[in-house]
Amino acid sequence: MTESAAAFHRRIDTALADAALRQALTLTTGRLSGGRTAAFGALADAEACRDDARRARADAVSRLDSHLDQFARAASARGAAVHWAETAGDARRIITDIALEQGVRLAVKSKSMATEEVELNEALQHAGVRVVETDLGEFVVQLGGDRPSHIITPIIHRSRQYVAALFTEKLGAAPEDVADIPAMTALARRVLRAEFLQAGMGISGVNIAVAETGSLCIVTNEGNGRLTTSLPRVHVALLGLERIVPTAADLAAVLTVLARSATGQASPVYTNVITGPRRRNGAPGGLEADEPDGPEQLHIVILDNGRSRLIGTPLEEILHCVRCGACLNVCPVYRLIGGHAYGGVYPGPVGSVVMPGLHGVEGWSELAHASSLCGACRDVCPVKIDLPGLLLAVRREAAAKQLAPFWIRAAMPAYAAVASRPRLYRWAGRAAALLARAVQRGGWIRRLPGPLGAWTASRDFPVPASRSFVEAHQARKEAAR
Amino acid sequence: MTPRSVRVQLFATCLVDQFFPAAGHAAVEVLERCGVEVLVPPDQTCCGQPAFNGGFADQAATMARATIDVLSRTDDPVVVPSGSCADMIVNHYPELFAGDATYGPKAKALAARTYEFTQFLVDVLGVELPASPSGPTLAYHASCHGLRGLGLREQPRRLLRAVAGARCADLPDAETCCGFGGLFAVKMGPLSGAMLDSKLDAIARSGADVVVATDVSCLMHIGGGLHRRASRVRTRHIAEVLADPAHD
Repeated sequence: MTESAAAFHRRIDTALADAALRQALTLTTGRLSGGRTAAFGALADAEACRDDARRARADAVSRLDSHLDQFARAASARGAAVHWAETAGDARRIITDIALEQGVRLAVKSKSMATEEVELNEALQHAGVRVVETDLGEFVVQLGGDRPSHIITPIIHRSRQYVAALFTEKLGAAPEDVADIPAMTALARRVLRAEFLQAGMGISGVNIAVAETGSLCIVTNEGNGRLTTSLPRVHVALLGLERIVPTAADLAAVLTVLARSATGQASPVYTNVITGPRRRNGAPGGLEADEPDGPEQLHIVILDNGRSRLIGTPLEEILHCVRCGACLNVCPVYRLIGGHAYGGVYPGPVGSVVMPGLHGVEGWSELAHASSLCGACRDVCPVKIDLPGLLLAVRREAAAKQLAPFWIRAAMPAYAAVASRPRLYRWAGRAAALLARAVQRGGWIRRLPGPLGAWTASRDFPVPASRSFVEAHQARKEAAR
Repeated sequence: MTPRSVRVQLFATCLVDQFFPAAGHAAVEVLERCGVEVLVPPDQTCCGQPAFNGGFADQAATMARATIDVLSRTDDPVVVPSGSCADMIVNHYPELFAGDATYGPKAKALAARTYEFTQFLVDVLGVELPASPSGPTLAYHASCHGLRGLGLREQPRRLLRAVAGARCADLPDAETCCGFGGLFAVKMGPLSGAMLDSKLDAIARSGADVVVATDVSCLMHIGGGLHRRASRVRTRHIAEVLADPAHD
């Protein structure tokens, strides 16, 4: 086993031993996936909505180059500055440079997994820019020196009591300020409002960009996204290069399924569509008209960081993902271990494809093995990504690169050789049954040797039949003749 | 049950063949009672799913070719007492041989005439089974690949309701994976064991005497867990229940 795989197994064991984590995960994933089921149940034709969204995303990804060109041209024409970041380092440098050029001392952020991916906060802080997360969950993550463990609900692993203790310690909250969730939210709002008013830069991710208009769609439930993108003088949006759709109608198709999949809401509380910064064009109307509101500058940083490498590979379909988190909420593995155990920015079924996809199977393929391939993720994906198929594709690449444990690499060809030779297979079956009979007790084996001991660590193993079904059936037929 | 002139090939699957022959005999018995002639090709082995799921496509293809050859000697429908192995043949064989001029068409033809056992009984034969006046209380666990790969939702439940009626208990989270997942159970032992624990707790809450599934793989896993817990709950393949619903 590689060191990264061994570390993953250790994190799984730690997570499995954490009863409080289990309780928190069960509660919230159950609530979110139940909400999703109800929201889709209320649609007249949920399948057609998913098909529409899938088509919109597939159209975009199949001609990503031309859509990105169109997007960049349209956004530039409406006053945005478009930057291209090939790597995480490029994204950090571009955004840090903008902040320093503009003399920014404080930046407020709305929730963005892409900024987590490029580790933007650390870079900005290193450059002397204070960064404040304004999504309530991310605010708690930042205060606690924690990491998000879910792509939509970052503190799914934390309890109300944890947040109360944290606010008391870090913010000096009075007991009445942490008495219940509304009080804690009100406290966070007071703290954050002061930061919003002083911030020179707002940093956001992008849920979906629209190629034809150069627009950015950002959805939030707390309104912090709207403040982040409109109040500070400079808005920087970090856009994963695949998060684009061709037209506004395609955006509508995605929005129809996005919040329903994420939280069970028919629509998010705030849906912002941003087309360029404040500007005076003097044109009479439409998208070219004067825009009296918004920041003075809008910088759109388009992030590759390994995404474009996936085009034309067996993993390309993961680029359709809209990051709703539904696959996490229904995954029986995620529900047991939570996001941190996966070790990367993106956890769960989607993360188990994205992490090896972006960063290579060498350090990340073990994630794709942490799935029974039950397919619950595929059933809820709003854009119908064949996640089990993609997990298998990661496993195939890992097997081709000899990353599987030695005993599996040795056992597979041997098993295939035996199973494709019926007589050898029958003989091996009889030998195994004889062997098993020697160690069994009451038809069960309590301890298997070597790697198979992982089975008997938590369950008994049945003894093979002394006579296989095929042989017994033949004997029965002959006896009846 | 009216006699029909239908003949099928039974692909027993390696686990039924080597570990749970009773499920295979029961499948034959139920099919024969429905007037179906059942062939059991003697040189059948494993469909190759363990290798396929492990990412070993070449080894999977070796076993799949052997299976395709064994099951293509006649054009008779193939019945599989496993949703998972049927899913492998129906959905993954065509994908595995997509670019193969010889086995591609063979895989597609085989996929088109392959059915999971309850799917064949309900969707093809349209059988109506008589109710059994007595017998144990049953909890149905929906095996993942049959459920999500083949859309096997109603067929097994309908058959069980027909034979056991009110003795069908409600299993909480019946459509949640038991944690077997083939090599997953060994490679990710603690994780798989924790998933199994949730399933065993749900089974205990259901109050059932017997856990029923379309797949012996899940039942081997659940049964091993029940035995380790010294539970009185037993496991039976759905073919065994249909062949003898009163059996305790």
